[in-house]
Amino acid sequence: MSQVMSWNRGIQRWKWVAVFLLPGLIGLTVFVLYPIVSSFWLAFQDWNLLQPPEFVGLSNFQELLADDDFWRALGYTLTFIVLYIPCVFVLGLALALFLNQKFPGMLMVRAATFLPVVASWVVVSLIWKWIFNPSYGLVNAGLNLIGINGPDWLFQPQTAVYAMVITSVWKDVGYIALLYLGGLQNISETYYEAARIDGANRWRCLRHITIPLLTPTMFFVAITLLINYFQMFEQVWLMPMRDSAADRQVEVIVTEVVKNAFSYSRMGYASAMSWVLFVLIFIITFVQLRLQKRWVHYEAE
Amino acid sequence: MFRRFLLLTLLCVLLAALPAAAQDTTTIRYFTFSAAPDHLEDLDTIIAAFQEANPGITVEVETAAFADYFTLLQAGVASGDAPDVFELNYENFVTYAANGALLDLSGMVSAEAPFYPRALEAFQYDGKQMALPATFSTVLLFYNADLFDQAGVSYPTAEWNWADAVAAAQSIRALGEDTWGLFSPVQFWEFYKKAGQNGECSFFNAEMTESTINSPACVSTLETMISFMNDDLMPTAAELSGVSDSELFLSGKLGMLVTGIWMFGAFQDATFNWDVQIEPAINQNAHHFFANGVAVSATTQNAEAAAAWAEFMASSETAATVRVESAWELPALNQPEYFEAYLEQTPPANRAAVFMALESPVTPPVIERQNEMQDAVNALLTQAVDGELTAQEALDQAKAELDALIQ
Repeated sequence: MSQVMSWNRGIQRWKWVAVFLLPGLIGLTVFVLYPIVSSFWLAFQDWNLLQPPEFVGLSNFQELLADDDFWRALGYTLTFIVLYIPCVFVLGLALALFLNQKFPGMLMVRAATFLPVVASWVVVSLIWKWIFNPSYGLVNAGLNLIGINGPDWLFQPQTAVYAMVITSVWKDVGYIALLYLGGLQNISETYYEAARIDGANRWRCLRHITIPLLTPTMFFVAITLLINYFQMFEQVWLMPMRDSAADRQVEVIVTEVVKNAFSYSRMGYASAMSWVLFVLIFIITFVQLRLQKRWVHYEAE
Repeated sequence: MFRRFLLLTLLCVLLAALPAAAQDTTTIRYFTFSAAPDHLEDLDTIIAAFQEANPGITVEVETAAFADYFTLLQAGVASGDAPDVFELNYENFVTYAANGALLDLSGMVSAEAPFYPRALEAFQYDGKQMALPATFSTVLLFYNADLFDQAGVSYPTAEWNWADAVAAAQSIRALGEDTWGLFSPVQFWEFYKKAGQNGECSFFNAEMTESTINSPACVSTLETMISFMNDDLMPTAAELSGVSDSELFLSGKLGMLVTGIWMFGAFQDATFNWDVQIEPAINQNAHHFFANGVAVSATTQNAEAAAAWAEFMASSETAATVRVESAWELPALNQPEYFEAYLEQTPPANRAAVFMALESPVTPPVIERQNEMQDAVNALLTQAVDGELTAQEALDQAKAELDALIQ
């Protein structure tokens, strides 16, 4: 008898849980789960939106292997990652160490470094397009002062990549510093005290206490940065000057996916490309997780 | 109690709605990119005239910006919810016709409408009239008459070739460091038109089995286009620094600009005297013929009504005169009296050049993978402009890419 009662009460309670979860679950199903499943199905179809999808087996993937544009986009994506991640990784740590000091006005400084993070990419790209303008931009004006004739930044593919990396570092470094700052403030003061008693200088403290205890944060930063930058899109879509060589040549994987889907009407091919991107990210994250034991120290251990 | 009341109310609402649905009116949905945002009231005027002439048909308008229009239209077609009647530009027309998304209008529209034959042909596919030409547009040589006077050179004439234009551009360029001679963009659309001015260069062979974009005639056409920049008569993209070609012209620092007649409105505020002329020739004259058509969806439930609206929009006198008066593109009708008001407006004084250009129309090369072709050619053209590739190398690569796209 009492079992039935509690059974009923259980259902009653779950009914309410379901009611409150439903809005979220509906959104998740319609806008996340359904597109994921259907894009997997589409990856094996040829679909131009005008005629019903046609099953083509693995041919989208075969075409991908031979597609110069895809390899070029992958090359640019990796170039971005190689240039950007070390910069933001080190500068973020330096900024966090600086922001971790205690002196008056530091709250304002912290807020200021976080402003670019919350600004939209559209605004940021407009501002930096001005800064990098070869004729009347700040960067080339500054280079002129020291006698250097600056390049055409956002007009040429090579220099445009550097300009976009600089802008991305500027925009993201505040966020990375915030993550490090959280990690820094978690490190117990007692370690430093003990080290100082033993006569350790600041460099040794940093080298043997701060950095080892910060490795869990570094691990998190490395994983999220790689995932985010394999999916980079906004800066490449917005920053190169219209109709310039940079605009017509610099593509990363996600811009290539968007072009194939919405400009070339090749939904199946674009879906295949985004699944390849998913597999790439999955493998790299998996490898990082396996390597973590070698360099990440958790305080509890 | 409350629940029963709710049900009753719902029932009443449903019953009230039923007779309205049963009434004998046909509603057709019309999807357009050219009406918004400036010509919605003009479109309403045309719709009112149509509905008065065709009682029982209601036209419902949906609009989207050009950049989003084709994505939305494709989504509509893909989900089986296509609008009954919609606008298509010529390049996209072929894709839609080839994929069976359009209704054959051959038997449904009267043969008397005075379309330009070339415009009507443009919207035929496999010998069937799959859409009606609604408007056309073209590109001309715009020139700053004040700069011509200052440089002491005579204005462009209809007999000019590009060598004449280059000579004038040199004199104007000599006026000052920041005064440029001419601007003629190096991109896909300019290239196929200048190919038409060359006469020997075409992007594909007649059977569309192979690209001929690297033929000697095409290479020399591209070399001519790039020479304007290499001879320092025309600013490079970096020299423009994000200023558009039309802004440069409006600032009074550009002698000649090759651009579309849709700029007439924007140039009204110019502080100098300007006019237009047909474009210089290479071996012959050739001008863009950009056409927008009106098509009916293959899946429409109201084919008759939809075709009637498409025809009204494309060829009725009301639609034509409203378009001309409001400068909302030009109807593709060979009916000079419709254009009298248009020809009288100045500037430019030489508006007749618009109709002279129609005597040598070039339509773009069109393949099913159109956007891919345009992007591929554009990317290679910038490499040729930057000197990374010679014209020959760029077009050899273009041929390889185009051959792959038409397979």
